[in-house]
Amino acid sequence: MSTQENGVIQIENVSFRYGTQNVLEKVNLTIEQGSFLGLAGPNGSGKSTLIKIILGFETPDMGRVTLFHVPVSKFKNWEKIGYVSQKANSFNTGFPATVYEVVSMGLYGKIGLFRFLNKKHKKKIDETLQLVGMREFKHRSIGELSGGQQQRVFIARALVSEPEVLILDEPTVGVDTQSVQQFYHLMSHLNREKKITLLLVTHDIGAMTKYVTHVACLNKRLHFHGSSHDFEESELSSLYGHDVTMITHEHDHGGA
Amino acid sequence: MLEVMWKYDFLQYAFFVGIVIGFLAPVLGVFIVVRRQAMIADALSHITLTGIAFHLYLAQSATFLQTVHPLYMGMGFAVAGSIIMERLRNVYSAYKELAVPIILSIGIGLGVVFLSLADGFNNDLFQYLFGSIIAVSQGDVWLISVVALVVVLLLFFFYKELFFMSFDEEQAKISSIPVRSVNLLFSVMAALVIASSMRILGILLVSSLSILPVAAAMQVAKSFKQTFLYAVLFGEISVIAGLITAFYLDVAPGGMIAIFALILLLLVLSGKKYDKIRRLR
Ligand SMILES: Nc1ncnc2c1ncn2[C@@H]1O[C@H](COP(=O)(O)OP(=O)(O)OP(=O)(O)O)[C@@H](O)[C@H]1O
Ligand SMILES: [Mg+2]
Repeated sequence: MSTQENGVIQIENVSFRYGTQNVLEKVNLTIEQGSFLGLAGPNGSGKSTLIKIILGFETPDMGRVTLFHVPVSKFKNWEKIGYVSQKANSFNTGFPATVYEVVSMGLYGKIGLFRFLNKKHKKKIDETLQLVGMREFKHRSIGELSGGQQQRVFIARALVSEPEVLILDEPTVGVDTQSVQQFYHLMSHLNREKKITLLLVTHDIGAMTKYVTHVACLNKRLHFHGSSHDFEESELSSLYGHDVTMITHEHDHGGA
Repeated sequence: MLEVMWKYDFLQYAFFVGIVIGFLAPVLGVFIVVRRQAMIADALSHITLTGIAFHLYLAQSATFLQTVHPLYMGMGFAVAGSIIMERLRNVYSAYKELAVPIILSIGIGLGVVFLSLADGFNNDLFQYLFGSIIAVSQGDVWLISVVALVVVLLLFFFYKELFFMSFDEEQAKISSIPVRSVNLLFSVMAALVIASSMRILGILLVSSLSILPVAAAMQVAKSFKQTFLYAVLFGEISVIAGLITAFYLDVAPGGMIAIFALILLLLVLSGKKYDKIRRLR
């Protein structure tokens, strides 16, 4: 189905357990360059664990993961990958740092040891803040922003080093409906105009399917992986139990 | 004050050392506070005392040690303690704060034993606990100058890594920042600064100069960089005012410095409250 050459992230037969608890079983997933993949699954289904394995924080018990065709353990070009963690918003809100300072962190790894921010970097920070619509908040304290605004700052921090892939773990939790809309518009823009490959973890299948190009459903095993169009035509109620019904969209995909 | 300073060398030494640690302790304190390690300063100062006690104990039989400054041994213990503490933080990764009480108990326990063996429960001990002006020697001046130079250079070069790691260690890790090495480096710097501050502040009050000015600075600073500026400003005011009053009132300088740092903190807090009330009107 997928052309292996285009797989920027390739997960092959990955199994993982915490102690005696199986968290992931034989997961195969290829994320193609330029795609926007929505990864869905109930609480505890192993989504964050899979992300941790992709980022090299955990090592799978079986199988392997490659990033840009390099095994994770040997991967060096981390600036190509941006990451916004599920916990990003739970930082210490009293931390005395401005929006500008937080976004600048995104460049530190790329700049390297014993070097400092220069004019070009500063310009890049401004541009990225502009992109996420937070430029006028540049000198504000990060703790004084709303949850949705903080989230945009963390997205800017992940984007400022110009990654080719952006991974976001449940970024829309605790964000109001209007901000969720804005968030998805920003993601679409990044994917279509800036050609960034996106991997988005979310509970909210309804809001997501309108924007993503591909969908994967995880619950220990991968239950579905395909285009968002195919996804809408499949039934997924088994994964979510019977009390959760799929939200159908107003727009029509041209018949069954 | 100036005339007295000309007269007494020890006063010049004390002021020099005071001004240097009035800078170093709050600067390092900013990182200590935002990393939520406020207790680390206390643990390290106690392990410094253990080293000093060990030196005094050894010096009873090895007479050549009597000419060596006990602070060197204290500093060695503090550095070793900081490395062990960093190890423990990795072992108990879910209970990182455990490392502090472990080191603290080892420090006090061993310290008390060595002090008893060395018959060290005397006036010297009092100086180590609460600080002293007259005890500051030319040796202290050299030692602290070297420490200051090393620490300032390291902080300058590792500022961005330390800042990133303090805010979000996980994210720093995936940005290829050598988190473990920088953490270790930071612990060693903290040990050096704490051990050098001990002369004037005393073991029991070392943390006052690295925590109180930072607590006040965080109330007024608008950015991370500004936090350093205010913390140093409050730190230097506390040290200078503390040393002058301690000299004239003939009390332990550590106590006066802590009191001035506290007064500044209270002023900042009430100033902020007043500002809020005024704006609400
Ligand atoms: N550090 C850990 N130690 C032990 N078990 C863990 C750990 N982290 C997660 N688990 C377990 O692994 C399973 C998968 O967790 P994971 O965080 O990957 O789920 P998730 O799909 O991201 O859930 P959520 O939607 O709630 O974020 C859960 O059953 C959880 O209890
Ligand atoms: Mg999760």
